[in-house]
Amino acid sequence: MAIKLPIYMDNHATTPVDPRVVDAMMPYFTEKFGNAASRNHAFGWAGEEAVENARAQIAQLIGATPKEIVFTSGATESDNLAIKGVAEMYREKGNHIITQVTEHKAVLDTCKRLEKDGYEVTYLPVEKDGRINLDDLRRAITPKTILISIMYANNEIGVIQPIAEIGKIAKEKGVFFHSDAVQAVGKVPVDVQKDGIDLLSISAHKLYGPKGVGALYVRRKNPRVQLTAMVDGGGHERGMRSGTLNVTGIVGFGKACELCRLEMAEETKKLSALRDRLKEAIMSKLDETFINGTMEHHLPHNINISFAYVEGESLLMGINDVAVSSGSACTSATLEPSYVLKALGVGEDLAHTSIRFGIGRFNTEEEVDYVANRVVETVNRLRELSPLYEMAKEGTDVSKMNWKTA
Amino acid sequence: MAYSDKVIEHYNNPRNVGSLDKKDPNVGTGLVGAPECGDVMKLQMKINPDTRVIEEAKFKTFGCGSAIASSSLATEWVRGKTVEEALSIKNTDIVRELSLPPVKIHCSVLAEDAIKAAISDWKKKAGEGDAVTQAGAAQAHS
Repeated sequence: MAIKLPIYMDNHATTPVDPRVVDAMMPYFTEKFGNAASRNHAFGWAGEEAVENARAQIAQLIGATPKEIVFTSGATESDNLAIKGVAEMYREKGNHIITQVTEHKAVLDTCKRLEKDGYEVTYLPVEKDGRINLDDLRRAITPKTILISIMYANNEIGVIQPIAEIGKIAKEKGVFFHSDAVQAVGKVPVDVQKDGIDLLSISAHKLYGPKGVGALYVRRKNPRVQLTAMVDGGGHERGMRSGTLNVTGIVGFGKACELCRLEMAEETKKLSALRDRLKEAIMSKLDETFINGTMEHHLPHNINISFAYVEGESLLMGINDVAVSSGSACTSATLEPSYVLKALGVGEDLAHTSIRFGIGRFNTEEEVDYVANRVVETVNRLRELSPLYEMAKEGTDVSKMNWKTA
Repeated sequence: MAYSDKVIEHYNNPRNVGSLDKKDPNVGTGLVGAPECGDVMKLQMKINPDTRVIEEAKFKTFGCGSAIASSSLATEWVRGKTVEEALSIKNTDIVRELSLPPVKIHCSVLAEDAIKAAISDWKKKAGEGDAVTQAGAAQAHS
């Protein structure tokens, strides 16, 4: 089968919408286009029915009940709603929030804003494997702690946090537990009951659904979580998030979740086999390559590799028919290298050489083989150009050099 | 990030990649940048001590496409020039030639530094010890 170029292997950034999801959405654009809140006619009822159906599909994927699903414009909004919503609602109870350093900016920046408003935030460090230390968490909790927010799986390095253990600790201490599960839902079995999660952020476009829609799971029992709404208006979503529902997006979101639930077991097998094939093909042919983050608690379809002595952006330029991303400063808008890799203790020089591969539902073995070859070819070519590789081969310890006087 | 055709051309066909003998008294070696910054350039020149003409230039770079292109271009430009002519090459000339966007201007600055560092090294070996050039290179780089 001929490979279609360019190849997309950046499924942590976004995913293509599954054609079956597009089919499910279509009628809601031009035929059943009613506002789901129009209570008085068939157009509205059709919209409402579709939304409630989707709610159930999403709830089923994560072990929740439909009433606990609040629709938003995406996981960034869900993160904002969860953290700010709890902070404001429980202000009398306390003002301390615990999170960790490798969270997505949607969580970190929300916490930074709350700090400006007088809240105290503890940012737990991670160990070299990318996971938090549970004792650090226990020690950080005070009588004023009202929320713990720890992501389920990291978007750059694919590492999965000890979620069930965190849930247990949170429950013991009577603190709400929010998890940004954007990268995990639909990929690994997430169960809010088993994992002891009270609030969960989900994004449709990360699991083969459309962009512009997401959800926040808000627990109703044991314990009941209340939130101050961040978007006021017509009182939609039980007063938690006003605004006309994105019916077409929601229908797609629901369908995407249903497909994930039905196909997850098979798909996980296929994707981890492809990921391992890619890893083996690349690392067996190149020296001085390093995996970032532990592979023991890891998403099945992700791998983040540093290629010593080769800068990330130049590597991406060399494999310009493959879409992946890098932790190099040159690829970021702010010229800062990846803060996630920095938090792991990966040296800045190696952070600049990292590439993130996110394999997806539509990637094939042929594509994986092609990508592996292109990567190996390009790394070798760029190492020929690299003064650092030359020095390393000569026996100079590049890390010990004093670069100011070179 | 859209690269200019010239940057892509230099990236795909870099000029003068390689190394000269560091110990040759007629070779000046400039090594600038730092791995933590994501940019390291090594530029070497073989200079005729009598005519002061740069007869050969080679480079190796750890950095993005613009950094590779800037240093590749630098080796192209210094060849055949005298030391004094090479010292007058400005980073802005490189920016113009390669159509570098603002966020990549620092790559051209590093290339200019590399030229000056290589010449400074050669002068030191030749016993010229040009304090002005060395101070200039150190200042531009800090």
